[in-house]
Amino acid sequence: MVDADAAPVVEFRRVSKTFGSFRAVRDISFEIRKGEFFSLLGPSGCGKTTTLRLLAGFESPDEDGGEVRLHGDVVNKKRPYERRLAMVFQNYALFPHLTVERNIAFGLEMRGASKSEMPDRVVAAMSMVRLDAKTFGRRLPAQLSGGQRQRVALARALVLEPSILLLDEPLGAIDLKLRKEMQLELKQLNEQLGTTFVYVTHDQEEALTMSDRIAVMDNARVAQLGSPAEIYENPRTRFVAKFIGESNFVEATVSDRTEGGWRAVTAHGEHLIVPDHKTIAAGRAVCIAVRPEWLDIVRPDAVPAGENALTGAVRDVLYMGETLHVLVALPGDRSMTVALRNEGQFLRPIPWRRGDEVAVAWMPVDCQVLEEE
Amino acid sequence: MHSLKLPAWLIVLVGAVYVFLHAPLLVLVLFSFNDSKFSVSWEGFTLRWYERLLERDDILEGLQASLVVGVTSTVFATVFGTLLALALARYKFKGRLMLEGLLYVPIVTPEIVVGISLLILFVLVGFPLGLPTVIIAHVAFNISFVVVVVLARLQGMDRTLEEAAMILGADELTTFWRVTVPQLWPGIVAGAMLAFTMSFDDYVITSFVSGTGSQTLPVVVYTMVRKNVEPSINAISTLIIVATTILIFIAERVARDKPLTPAKD
Amino acid sequence: MSRSLRQRALDYFHHNPTVRAWSLVAPGGLWLLVFFLVPVFMMFTYSFMPRGMYGGVESGFTLEHYLRFFDSLYLTILMRTTVDATVCTVACLLLGYPVAYAITRAGRFKGLLLFLVILPFWTSFLVRTFAMIFLLRDTGLINTALQSIGLIDEPIVMLYTPFAVMLGLVYGYLPFMILPIYASLEKLDLSLLEAAEVLGARPAARFFRVTLPLSLPGVVAGALLVFIPSLGSFLTSDLLGGAKEILIGNLVQNQFTAARNWPFGSAASFVLMALVLVSVLIYLRVRERSGDAAGAP
Repeated sequence: MVDADAAPVVEFRRVSKTFGSFRAVRDISFEIRKGEFFSLLGPSGCGKTTTLRLLAGFESPDEDGGEVRLHGDVVNKKRPYERRLAMVFQNYALFPHLTVERNIAFGLEMRGASKSEMPDRVVAAMSMVRLDAKTFGRRLPAQLSGGQRQRVALARALVLEPSILLLDEPLGAIDLKLRKEMQLELKQLNEQLGTTFVYVTHDQEEALTMSDRIAVMDNARVAQLGSPAEIYENPRTRFVAKFIGESNFVEATVSDRTEGGWRAVTAHGEHLIVPDHKTIAAGRAVCIAVRPEWLDIVRPDAVPAGENALTGAVRDVLYMGETLHVLVALPGDRSMTVALRNEGQFLRPIPWRRGDEVAVAWMPVDCQVLEEE
Repeated sequence: MHSLKLPAWLIVLVGAVYVFLHAPLLVLVLFSFNDSKFSVSWEGFTLRWYERLLERDDILEGLQASLVVGVTSTVFATVFGTLLALALARYKFKGRLMLEGLLYVPIVTPEIVVGISLLILFVLVGFPLGLPTVIIAHVAFNISFVVVVVLARLQGMDRTLEEAAMILGADELTTFWRVTVPQLWPGIVAGAMLAFTMSFDDYVITSFVSGTGSQTLPVVVYTMVRKNVEPSINAISTLIIVATTILIFIAERVARDKPLTPAKD
Repeated sequence: MSRSLRQRALDYFHHNPTVRAWSLVAPGGLWLLVFFLVPVFMMFTYSFMPRGMYGGVESGFTLEHYLRFFDSLYLTILMRTTVDATVCTVACLLLGYPVAYAITRAGRFKGLLLFLVILPFWTSFLVRTFAMIFLLRDTGLINTALQSIGLIDEPIVMLYTPFAVMLGLVYGYLPFMILPIYASLEKLDLSLLEAAEVLGARPAARFFRVTLPLSLPGVVAGALLVFIPSLGSFLTSDLLGGAKEILIGNLVQNQFTAARNWPFGSAASFVLMALVLVSVLIYLRVRERSGDAAGAP
């Protein structure tokens, strides 16, 4: 669906937004392509919501704070109602004084849709979000459950057949099971309708599941932009590695080149091999991240040849269901978490117990070399 | 839950307070139907005191004047007060804090001071006293009350509703009429109701700025209370009490019917 | 793309927030300026000017009107006003708090009980004052009833006494005390009381250590709402007190009517305003502190 060569429908060019002395968004740039499911992901206060509000037109960039473009046109000064977007709000923002039908028809009315086609379009939008128009059409928002309100909010946006749909943490307020269901539905709608989705969330799992591309935001900037796999498997900074999934961090100093990478030594004299990376040079400090599921635990005398290994003692084994997390204490108050697949603790229990001397081992290619933030 | 139980002495005390609050008015109402001019002992049921009201031109004129003053001043005070509340709730501007503080001054200023200071102004500039000056005065003391009531409603309001309207294509004015005003409506009605009641009830301020010609109902009633012992006062008081009760009933309804935000599930 | 006039106007207001705000403020603001602030300021100026021959004022500056308040006659009025307002406030608090408390615990009668407080709150003050006259006067209901059952021969003089004024004030302003206390009690988180109970607090301790401190904002608000109108009360003392129970409000009225001494009346008004101001300042201080105590902003 996503056409990589087509002109971007949304462009941010070095956009900044300041509230008083608080810099909510600093110099951010990105492009969103037609039909893309694009997520803005980050912790609260990172600037993701401001970014969405800049796109919606509720805020304007600072004077000489860059350009926001929609379909190629600069829209910095355009009011929200001139942008022909649609949006689903975090609290749904359904008009409490209007019935479900009137809520959904509101945008059609405002955009001058003909009166005769309105009822059909409202019904169509409701069926798109799997709400029965007969049952719910005449109800007030106060008479709906959270999940139903959520669907009405979505229908109110989709009925406009927008080319771009903005979603501000739309699934934040509903329970886990329904959330998973809605995630799938949203993704399906994105693919079926060819609508560009711009999705704000603080839930990294949600972003990974649904997005074509993710902009991870931190401290008013874009920390990393890429596909879910790129972001998970090649986090650029320590922040990204920490925020998306779990990670173990190892710090070392690069010594010299070797076959397949560089040799590095930790402060505790452990030798590691790290892959090539643009920031690596002899004598420089390096920080690497390794995902828990890429690590393995072996006896200290059984480390496979060519693998990196750090020795320590098992501090705890946490039963997580799908996996077991083994916490290994390393010299110097460091620790690593290793995720082992749970193959059944009654039939095939893992052999490690608290206090065991073990080695944590991984292949050098699995090291993610991190940049300075 | 046992902490809900109230001790007996408390129930007795509270009951006594309710009697204290309502017995005088009930007695007043009861004796408006008493068929005796001077005695307060019960002489039988009559409606003649109500009939007497209809014969008195001063009361009918007073009622008319009160309605004109009440409605006119309420309209002005409600519009002005709502606009002021919107400015205070929505915008940061220079002098905002000072303005907010200033708005509380009329609320705490004793009525007699408001009335007399306006009298001084009108006399000084030679503005003839009459219904227009009464209306001016009532608008002046009611604006602040409307602001307080509407502001309370505005502060509980969800601003994303307006943003939602705007992104759906409504410009600022359309958003105001189609989304803001319906949300604000209970606050506006409550403010207007308060303004009307205070205007309709006011004796002190009116007595200073009304001059000798046009008398509002409370001014007429005051004169009756001062001079007269005839039970017509009971009758007009009863009518005022009944009207007030109906008004509050409506106000309660309006305030209750429209929730600000959908209930949580 | 040419923009409509409406859109251009909206754009203008969008880009000029100060103009936008002040155009909302202007109508009501100007009205209050011309018909509230200016008159009060004029009154203030009058209070420093010599008295005119036939009412009104003459040009000049004098402090004599304020100095007259050191005269024992006016000092008494001032004292009486303050004492009356204070007694009335305390009485309303003692009667009103239990009522507010009971309403929050009244279960299904809550709505009715609340309505029965709101009703007198909105009922004409004049009518309610007349109701008091109807009960208290020599030929009033109380005296007639007592005489008819033979308890007394001569009517007890109740109207035109300090007692009648106080009764009228309490009767008039009691709902002003009940409603704010009820509002703050209603917000009280019942789990706090359960927490106190779990921690071993007996009913009395629960009330004095938890309920009362947390309802203090309502108490101070109620006290202010009773104290200020009692200070400026005029109708109650006028109708129930006769000539004997002159409060500062009656003094002011008298100077502008019978005595025709406008500057002295203006000075009396400002003495009254000063009393009001002091009580508002005390209120703000107490509210600040009790706000801290309640842990609420």
